[in-house]
Amino acid sequence: MNEHPALLLEGVYKSFGENEVLKGIDLMVEPHEVVCLIGASGSGKSTLLKCVNLVEPIDSGRVVVEGEEITAQSVDANRIRRRIGIVYQSFNLFPHMTVLRNVTLAPREALGTNRAEAEKNAGDLLERFGLLDKRDEYPDRLSGGQQQRVAIVRALAMRPHLMLLDEVTSALDPELVAEILAVIRELAREGMTMLIATHEMGFARDIADRICFLEAGRILEQGPPESIFTAPEHPRTRQFLGRIIEAGRL
Amino acid sequence: MAEGGPAAPGPSAGRGSRALGNRGVLVSSASTVLFFAMIAVVVALAPGSGVVAERFFDPSHLWQSLVGSEGLPSVLGAFWLNVQIFMFSEVFILILALVIAVVRGIPGPVFFPFRLVAVAYTDLFRGVPLILVLYMIGFGVPGLDLGFISYLPDVAYGVISLVLVYSAYVAEVYRAGIESVHESQNVAARSLGLTRWQSLRFVVLPQAIRRVIPPLLNDFIGLQKDTALVSVLGSIEAARAAQIYGASEFNYASYVVAALLFVLITIPLARFTDRLIARDKRRREAGALA
Repeated sequence: MNEHPALLLEGVYKSFGENEVLKGIDLMVEPHEVVCLIGASGSGKSTLLKCVNLVEPIDSGRVVVEGEEITAQSVDANRIRRRIGIVYQSFNLFPHMTVLRNVTLAPREALGTNRAEAEKNAGDLLERFGLLDKRDEYPDRLSGGQQQRVAIVRALAMRPHLMLLDEVTSALDPELVAEILAVIRELAREGMTMLIATHEMGFARDIADRICFLEAGRILEQGPPESIFTAPEHPRTRQFLGRIIEAGRL
Repeated sequence: MAEGGPAAPGPSAGRGSRALGNRGVLVSSASTVLFFAMIAVVVALAPGSGVVAERFFDPSHLWQSLVGSEGLPSVLGAFWLNVQIFMFSEVFILILALVIAVVRGIPGPVFFPFRLVAVAYTDLFRGVPLILVLYMIGFGVPGLDLGFISYLPDVAYGVISLVLVYSAYVAEVYRAGIESVHESQNVAARSLGLTRWQSLRFVVLPQAIRRVIPPLLNDFIGLQKDTALVSVLGSIEAARAAQIYGASEFNYASYVVAALLFVLITIPLARFTDRLIARDKRRREAGALA
């Protein structure tokens, strides 16, 4: 579609008060690439994702989405956000709306899609992810796994060019994790560009084209999964992966 | 009645005779009867009880003041004005208070003066007693000689005063509701590409308003009663009609009638509020289980 990278971060800094969370992140994601961010809690994975669509404003640096600089003053961030789907750890469905309304709200209000078309698209997506019979339910009637699938469908309904997934399985019971990972694999197969923060190392190794290891707000090491997981260069990466293996998570 | 079994968590649990059990009903009936009997005895034994019975509870005066008589306003008829004042004020309060609450929450330095006005407004009108606002609006605005604004019927100034004062309270209720909606809801909406206003309108406000309906209704119960204060501007509403009756007949049954009318319209709203609170509680408990 275009030769720009799907996403380009340059020298992104972000602090919360005294606490410097991102200390100069440089990252490029090519179209159709799946990049996994790994690292300990507090290493800045979630903050990094929130900064990509400027839900968290950044302190300095540039974020460029498909060649358009979202951090530029003159750019309407809302317009670019619509191209970026983001799914959070805690689902964040709108509890006062049915599943269908959750999915159609943004297409209808932000894109101006008419109701019939928005509902048809939503219906198609819900069917694909096995949720069609839940379309008229309210979120609190669904299991965690179902809620997270609805959240993914809600993001997909905006036809995003890039999906950001923020530890989307961390709030789920272990037996529900697999159904969400299957959905993400399916998206990867279709060529969706994704930036995924995750603790599921086996999954990351499986799905990612590239792994980025974050430590204290910096990308310490990145590369294809086989080299990161089998021959990490940096001692901190080795230490981190060593602990994961010890805990039986890889 | 299941004795000894675990209490069934049904909609009526915790309410009514089912939760109390047979013995409980007996005890509660006995204590109720005893309680009111004691009050009745004390009132009946008071030295002035005969006079009070005649002045306040004489059946013919009760009836006369309710329906009105030659030259004297009917308390019931006048009460219709209270109902109208209440309903008009309520609509304007709900709108004005929402505007104030929303303005108070707009971020950004450009909107500082608007936020300042909203804060000053709520501080001012929550602080000044309603009756003083009534005097100032009711006598001040006509004094301005400002075209039609100064020549409205008295009752209109009453409605304006009620709206000004109650909007300050209700705006705070709304604001509490808005702040109770978790920021992650706003983040989710913004992440989908909705604007700040769209997020507020479709995601935050609907949840906020649902949560504050019980406290809002509580404020409206207060408003129903305070419509009586509009009489200080000369409108003949129920309390004033009762006063006129009492002054000309030397009998205060009219006050009892007016009081009963206020209670009668308050009770349904109060019970409805209780119902909503109970429903919310059940929902929260159900949500906690899920």
